[in-house]
Amino acid sequence: MTAELTATPAPEASFGTQFGAVLMRHLRLLGRQPAYLSISLMQAVIWLPLFGSLFRHVADVPGFDGGRSYLGYLTPGVVAMTALFTSGWAGMGFIQDMEGGVMDRLLTSPARRGALVAGPIAYQAVMITIQTVIIVVLGWALGTHFRSGPAGALVLLVAAVLLAAFISGLSITLALLVRNEESLIAASQFIVLPLTFLSSAMMPRDLLPGWIATVARYNPVDWAITAGREALGADPDWTAAGWRLGALAALAVATGALAARAFRTYQRSL
Amino acid sequence: MPPTSSSAIRTVADEPPKRLSASGSAAPAVEAHELVKTYPGRRGAPPVRALSGAGFTVPAGTVFGLLGPNGAGKSTTVRILTTLTSPDGGRASVAGYDVRRQAGRVRRAIGVVTQKSGVDPEATGRENLVLQAYLHGLTGRAARSRVSELLDQFDLAAPADRLARTYSGGMLRRLDVAIGLVHRPAVLFLDEPTTGLDPQARSAMWAEISRLTTEGLTILLTTHYLEEADRLAARVALIEGGRIVVEGSPDGLKSELRGDALELELAGELDDSGGPGPAAVTRLRERLLALDAVHEVRVVGRRLHARVADGAGTLPAVFAAVGGTGLAVSSATVARPSLDDVYLRYVGHRFTADTGAGTGTAREAGR
Ligand SMILES: Nc1ncnc2c1ncn2[C@@H]1O[C@H](COP(=O)(O)OP(=O)(O)OP(=O)(O)O)[C@@H](O)[C@H]1O
Ligand SMILES: [Mg+2]
Repeated sequence: MTAELTATPAPEASFGTQFGAVLMRHLRLLGRQPAYLSISLMQAVIWLPLFGSLFRHVADVPGFDGGRSYLGYLTPGVVAMTALFTSGWAGMGFIQDMEGGVMDRLLTSPARRGALVAGPIAYQAVMITIQTVIIVVLGWALGTHFRSGPAGALVLLVAAVLLAAFISGLSITLALLVRNEESLIAASQFIVLPLTFLSSAMMPRDLLPGWIATVARYNPVDWAITAGREALGADPDWTAAGWRLGALAALAVATGALAARAFRTYQRSL
Repeated sequence: MPPTSSSAIRTVADEPPKRLSASGSAAPAVEAHELVKTYPGRRGAPPVRALSGAGFTVPAGTVFGLLGPNGAGKSTTVRILTTLTSPDGGRASVAGYDVRRQAGRVRRAIGVVTQKSGVDPEATGRENLVLQAYLHGLTGRAARSRVSELLDQFDLAAPADRLARTYSGGMLRRLDVAIGLVHRPAVLFLDEPTTGLDPQARSAMWAEISRLTTEGLTILLTTHYLEEADRLAARVALIEGGRIVVEGSPDGLKSELRGDALELELAGELDDSGGPGPAAVTRLRERLLALDAVHEVRVVGRRLHARVADGAGTLPAVFAAVGGTGLAVSSATVARPSLDDVYLRYVGHRFTADTGAGTGTAREAGR
């Protein structure tokens, strides 16, 4: 009897198995919270017409690239903003798991820290994919022409997913460091809002005040917007889009790794 | 190394299989040595020393009870042994693996039921179990059948596909234990498995734990219920203030006390503290200890605890001795020694009266 219990540990779980199980947990939750899902989708629907009419006259400002409509200009900005507003909360699930005992249970299991982080990030990627599709279809329905066709939309989607992954990694890292809801909310606001508005989301960089234009150049959110905007334009500069996507991917990997490391700090507090 | 193959060969070679191996049952399942853990004080408060040199050994295949009041360091010990956090000092091994250097191996060998439920309330019971199975590398049909087996075993088959947030406290706790067992661990940690349960759910859980032990599992259980430790554990360690005060089998500890526990409630001239004054206590002790049958005397408030060779037979002499000091006895009980008496002997005060054990809610009461 004793032999049976001690002798045969299950084969070690692969990263893929653990990642899949964690991702499943989050996706299932999405299906069970229709309210959350509809609010998230509503966000995607609301921003474009709202900002579209609010800042309509930007298109009339001298210096605005007159080649296209303001809505067409705004679409990548709204996609990036939605990615931020959704993924900025990725760490909240971690706080809930810490406050319940779920986190302790996961951390005393053989779950790889990487899988515990990659699962929720992949879930965020799924969310932003759905939202991006909605926004792009809406933009199209409102009369925007995406001149480069599906390839451009796909690049915009990749940019949005990478941005969401980067922001999720950041949010999860913060959650593991601050360990309480209030601090995480404060920190998220502090990051999400400035990143959105210090970018060319609403207005071309040339029209932004000097220092904001400079900050925007180094803002990863702006990279995602610019990459998407280039890709959707009539004559895409694929190099400009490419390096920005590469930089976003590097950031996403870096914050993901940082989040996996942050478990150590969290566990030291236990 | 799975010993199954080697033992099969040995049997053919007509030689009794040797117990070797780090995780085999000859080696203790848990060894903790001089564990020290200090938490930084919150907001300028001084640091809290949660463990100051706790150590004990759990033989494989037994139930070990870690018994202590709120804040004694039980959960901290469990957190260290289950690799959740590391000690500042000392070392520990579980299933033959070092908790610090071989955390991954330890995690594959243990099942953990933390004090707070680890159940995901937004998933069903079945989904909770399947998640754990996959994390342990048990997938597909093997996972599904193991999960169904556990749902049956823990009487959770009916609510299996309901969200766990709708479960009762007893159901949640059973699910917690089932989650801990998915991968057939060698060592199971149960941190206060019955706190907050009603008496019926508690005895159901006790029955379940007793059943597990017949299957050769090693269980480390923490509790602040004397009765729970007494009933379930082959060995208990009393933990208080981050130290193991005494360790042994419940029967061994009780029989070391020699004799019955006599408890008197005093009446008569009592001072502000509710008990007899210091002078009266000294006189009382002298007179009682003068009796041959009386071994130990302690006065806590108006209660007098004594250890006497023959409780009932000695009562008249005890009454007379108390009467001789001008005090009276308002009630008297004689009992076979309990773990509570063991506690009194080693810690200096009663467990039950001083910790509010039994309410299960006043977490940090008196701290
Ligand atoms: N994460 C932490 N940070 C700071 N102090 C802590 C932490 N965890 C425990 N402590 C302190 O360490 C001491 C021991 O706590 P521990 O949780 O191990 O006690 P326990 O025996 O499990 O008590 P209980 O019966 O209440 O669960 C307590 O004084 C507690 O306040
Ligand atoms: Mg505890």
